[in-house]
Amino acid sequence: MDILTQQLFNGLTIGSVYSLVALGLTLVYGILHIPNFAHGALYMLGAYITLTMMLLWGVHYWIAMAVSVLVVGLLGVLMDRLVFHPLRNAPPIHDKIAAIGILLFLEAFAQLIWGADYRTMETPYGQVIDIFGMTATTQRVLINIGAIAVMILLYLFLKKTYIGSTIIAMAQNREGAHLVGINTNKVAMLTFMISGGLAAIAASLSAPINLVFPGMGHLVILKAFVIIILGGMGSVPGAILGGYILGFTESLGATYISNDYKDIIAFLLLVVILSIKPKGLFSREDF
Amino acid sequence: MGSLLKNRGWVIGALAVAILFPFVLPNAYFLHILTLAFIWMIAVYGLNLLAGYTGYLSLAHAGFFAIGAYALGLLTVKTEINYWLALVLACLITSAIGAVVGLVALRTREHFFAIYTLCVGYIIYLVIDKWDGLTGGVRGLIGIPVPSNIGPLSFETPLSQYYLVLFFLIFTVLVMYRIVHSLTGRTFIAIRNSEDLAQTIGISTMKNKLLVFVLSTFFAGLAGALYASFIRFIGPDIGYITIIFDLLTYLLVGGIGTLAGPIVGTFLIVAVSQSLQFLQDYRMLIFGPLLTLLIIFYPRGIVGAYYDWRMKHTAKKVKRTRKEQRYFESETVDAEKKVKEG
Repeated sequence: MDILTQQLFNGLTIGSVYSLVALGLTLVYGILHIPNFAHGALYMLGAYITLTMMLLWGVHYWIAMAVSVLVVGLLGVLMDRLVFHPLRNAPPIHDKIAAIGILLFLEAFAQLIWGADYRTMETPYGQVIDIFGMTATTQRVLINIGAIAVMILLYLFLKKTYIGSTIIAMAQNREGAHLVGINTNKVAMLTFMISGGLAAIAASLSAPINLVFPGMGHLVILKAFVIIILGGMGSVPGAILGGYILGFTESLGATYISNDYKDIIAFLLLVVILSIKPKGLFSREDF
Repeated sequence: MGSLLKNRGWVIGALAVAILFPFVLPNAYFLHILTLAFIWMIAVYGLNLLAGYTGYLSLAHAGFFAIGAYALGLLTVKTEINYWLALVLACLITSAIGAVVGLVALRTREHFFAIYTLCVGYIIYLVIDKWDGLTGGVRGLIGIPVPSNIGPLSFETPLSQYYLVLFFLIFTVLVMYRIVHSLTGRTFIAIRNSEDLAQTIGISTMKNKLLVFVLSTFFAGLAGALYASFIRFIGPDIGYITIIFDLLTYLLVGGIGTLAGPIVGTFLIVAVSQSLQFLQDYRMLIFGPLLTLLIIFYPRGIVGAYYDWRMKHTAKKVKRTRKEQRYFESETVDAEKKVKEG
């Protein structure tokens, strides 16, 4: 029973990270219908920027994270303006290839600047605490609280603010949004900004319990794709729910099935889902 | 037959260069690189048929390449059957797995297909990496034999391997040429241009898509098997996502959906990579943005750009001759009028 609660907590932690990454991906997909393969590279850069800020300038963890969010967010905007905006009328295969090009570039760039070594990130929250009989580091608790706080903030932003509702409007109907006077270019840039910021937050929160290296985004982005297909491409609640489902499945699967094959679980899940429903579990036509 | 005749000069020239190359420049290193490039070209042709002509971007092809390589490696190392039988079996095994994956994957479209195949590719990689008992895991598979003799022909030397791979490349190009210029090829293009329309005019899209997927995995498997017997050592890395990105770069630079694209792109990128050897780890700093810029400005790569240029050129020529004709005609009409009036 002890192992079970411990694993459930782990699942919650992994799920929080997955959800944050998937949220950024789903927002961009909802607005521009681009499967942004470069999102994993943004995640990786987020971790590196936080790490560099802390090591080089001795900045505090939270400030480093804020800088990282800003930088990666702006990088997202740059990506939109330089690449995806010129490609807005191209066939869908072009977006994907362009995104892959960006991914390759950013990874090589990270390797050039920071080297290919695996690095660890030290935070002020390394101490072990005891909650309800299970042990966890403060960092893990922080990931959960931080992720949930960000999700609530994002939800309030999308539902309660004027700018937030323009994003939703554009996701629902691009032409319609244009007709009622929404500047779709600005909304697209904003979405990329938020998406990059979310990736940076997720990376900065989870880096202390994982390792930082140029290829760290590969598995995460693949799983994020699994999640948004699970939860419906473009659906915000779907991404959150899907993230936690995957987090729990993985941590339980690692304990009770096989630790070696835990990464396959996500992909098998996806293969099964798409085999039964080729358009994903909650395809957009449903609502 | 038209386009082959029109490009006859290019085709014969390239063929002559490829055949004579080892005699003109007997350099073991170049020979090795070129043989590898030919192997990649075969895989890129497989990808081109699917992504270029049918419009389905499969990101699982590195996985199929690895399946071909491992099938040949395991068959020759562990069961020690004849090499040529193993080669045929390796291609068939890859195609069979391709057929199973295709049956499910092709029910999805566009982004879903890309993501689905990306995941399939990753599953293949993980299985190869983790299944220690069969594949040797991260240690890889060593001691894969060279192709066995056919009568007096032996394939021990790098030179003979070069010609063997060249033979398979020519075979691949010929098959591609026949497919693309047949009704089946037209069907694939119709599916790329509009799947709904294709279905409306009575094309069984699923059957054709499955056919093209299996064909495409067949060539990926063939390339993988040749790679295994050429390098004689394989590790799980050959199934990793970076390989599919390499293949995509070759295809994109050369020209997606063109017949000459895979050769031009692979050759160029391999040549540039070799001359920028010191950049090995960072080559993607150049190729990444190149890929993105190409898709924005020259979505059909070098060969596509060349075709566009030639089409414009001929169009101009035609226009000019027409203008002259018209001018000449109007002159004669005027002259006739004058004669009548006069």
